[in-house]
Amino acid sequence: MEGVRRFEGLCAALPRRDVDTDQIIPKQFLKRTGREGYGDACFFDWRYLPDGRPRPEFELNDPAYRGASILVSGANFGCGSSREHAVWALRGMGFRAVVAASFGDIFRANSLQNGLLPVQLSEVQADAIAARSVERRGYRLLIDLEAQTVSDRDGEICGFAIDPFWKECLTLGRDPLELALDHAADISSHELRRAAWLPRCSELAGLT
Amino acid sequence: MSGPGPGGARTAYRKIWDAHRVAGDPESRALLFVDLHLVHEVTSPQAFERLRQAGRTVRRPDLTLAVMDHTVPTGERGQPLQDPVAAEQLRQLEGNCEEQGITLFDLRHRRQGIVHVVGPELGLTQPGMTIVCGDSHTSTHGAFGALAFGIGTSEVEQVLATQCLWQAPAPTLEIRVEGGLPLGVTAKDVALAIIGEVGVAGALGSVVEYTGSTIRGLSMEGRLTVCNMTIEAGARAGLISPDQTTLSYLEGRPACPRGRDFEAAAETWLALASDEGASFDRSLRIAAERLAPHVTWGTNPAMVAEVTGRIPRLSELPGEAEREAAARALSYMGLEEGTAIEDIAVDRVFIGSCTNGRLEDLRAAAAVVAGERVHPRVRAMVVPGSQTVKRAAESEGLDEIFRRAGFEWRESGCSMCLGMNPDVLASGERCASTSNRNFEGRQGAGGRTHLVSPPMAAAAALHGHFVDVRQLTLAELPGAR
Ligand code: SF4
Repeated sequence: MEGVRRFEGLCAALPRRDVDTDQIIPKQFLKRTGREGYGDACFFDWRYLPDGRPRPEFELNDPAYRGASILVSGANFGCGSSREHAVWALRGMGFRAVVAASFGDIFRANSLQNGLLPVQLSEVQADAIAARSVERRGYRLLIDLEAQTVSDRDGEICGFAIDPFWKECLTLGRDPLELALDHAADISSHELRRAAWLPRCSELAGLT
Repeated sequence: MSGPGPGGARTAYRKIWDAHRVAGDPESRALLFVDLHLVHEVTSPQAFERLRQAGRTVRRPDLTLAVMDHTVPTGERGQPLQDPVAAEQLRQLEGNCEEQGITLFDLRHRRQGIVHVVGPELGLTQPGMTIVCGDSHTSTHGAFGALAFGIGTSEVEQVLATQCLWQAPAPTLEIRVEGGLPLGVTAKDVALAIIGEVGVAGALGSVVEYTGSTIRGLSMEGRLTVCNMTIEAGARAGLISPDQTTLSYLEGRPACPRGRDFEAAAETWLALASDEGASFDRSLRIAAERLAPHVTWGTNPAMVAEVTGRIPRLSELPGEAEREAAARALSYMGLEEGTAIEDIAVDRVFIGSCTNGRLEDLRAAAAVVAGERVHPRVRAMVVPGSQTVKRAAESEGLDEIFRRAGFEWRESGCSMCLGMNPDVLASGERCASTSNRNFEGRQGAGGRTHLVSPPMAAAAALHGHFVDVRQLTLAELPGAR
């Protein structure tokens, strides 16, 4: 996993609550078996007209947001389906962080796994940043993961909380899977303690 | 997660957490052992690929079960898939399972079905287990008093490699439902009423435990429906403490222990129930007696009304954000504010999914349908949750009841719950669906979904619009004997 400490980028506002992962990446793109190439499909039904041209009224189609790397949205962003494709799509579209008042639980975990930083602020702060992203063209934020702060060119706006485990993984570029493998001995001793009657799927193979 | 209450009283969640902690800090981030890993075609290929690239293998193929469910066609089995991309995904699952020694229920298997229907009916889902799957509705399995939750593909890879997962303890929310359910009101209505009350983020990140006499009175099928929908309130997991209903359901199922082992297991299972006096971070009460059948009108499950009610007027909604969201939803749904729910006409009816595709659901719908005809404008289909459900329903003659009324009787799978197979809504089509999500485009781009219970879906199929099932003759109502 690549390390992230601080980065600065252009903000794009999508000021709606409860943006679900079905909208971020519609199901027809989930049949692919890779992790790349989902950027053009991100927000597909909101972003394009049936004939494939961009929908003029969709916020993220605003040319002022071209090159944006920070998405600012409403509370409960990424609710719904567990599809990690939603995070791959946002990354593919160029985003490195999402700023919102809250996140869907699985989406948050998926984001962290892929270095897409979920920056959780209070509703008031998130709304204020969204408003500035709409009003001031070219509005940029500096996100400092080490200091856990969000700033713009006028100075620091606020701090944000992040799970210390994930902060360590992200800043040091450590992989949770490898951290788990470090506990191989603990895992083995847990396996020895498990009740013998616990089910084994292998015994169901011949079931009719 | 709150610590032990007076006298060391613990919640079922806490007990499962403590029993599965392999390493890490019990109060902040722990490495939990996973007892059962369920895998399907859509969220696993990238996990297997990475595993292979890293030169790793699956640690516990014997604790992993794979099924084909999300993209499978529900027409005649044995036909080649029309969609080459979906076919390739299924082929990859087959190859990955073969390579790693994982048991797979493929399209030809007699036990194939939706992953969350198959686990419980095999008795693979047992109290006290930790269960994960790359699917948000894994919360379903919590009905047995298991800690079950959805994960993403990177976490799927992690579980394949280590059989463990890093988890932070979640806050707990008790939802206590008390009182008898009125006739015609089902577990689905309980779930929709709860989401309507708390909102789609009302339980965000929490582990919900359902308690109270109504929940105790539900069958396992009903409990599965309630726990299934927990994710729609934003929760990580939902669970119900095991009791006699749980044990009676499990006894004799293929993956369950037998004889003396069953007795030993049963004792451990009952001891898992939340202790008297265990404390939750939050509690909420719902009175069941006052509940009515529910119908969603918008584009998330909290946009819901009683069948005898109306779509709210925008001016009645509390805040600007809510009004904006409702206005957007109504424009997508092609509906006017203030419309009576019973005045909404439907084009399609879908009975199925991991929410309501079990035998009890099909029985409840069939009771409404028996001897009637589907409205001429409506195309209605029943998609059993699994092959096991399908065979059981056929042996009771339910398929005949549905077919004679004009329903299509199909093979098992997720089908129109998410429309990754050929079963989709056309743009603008309106569907009464027993599934769990009414998000924009969920059942097909431009499709309009109304979530309801199986008897409500059946009644809508017959009448061509929503009707109050409580108005039907008593004998047809679920729960009536
Ligand atoms: S039936 Fe629907 S909710 Fe259930 S697993 Fe399939 S797609 Fe997901």
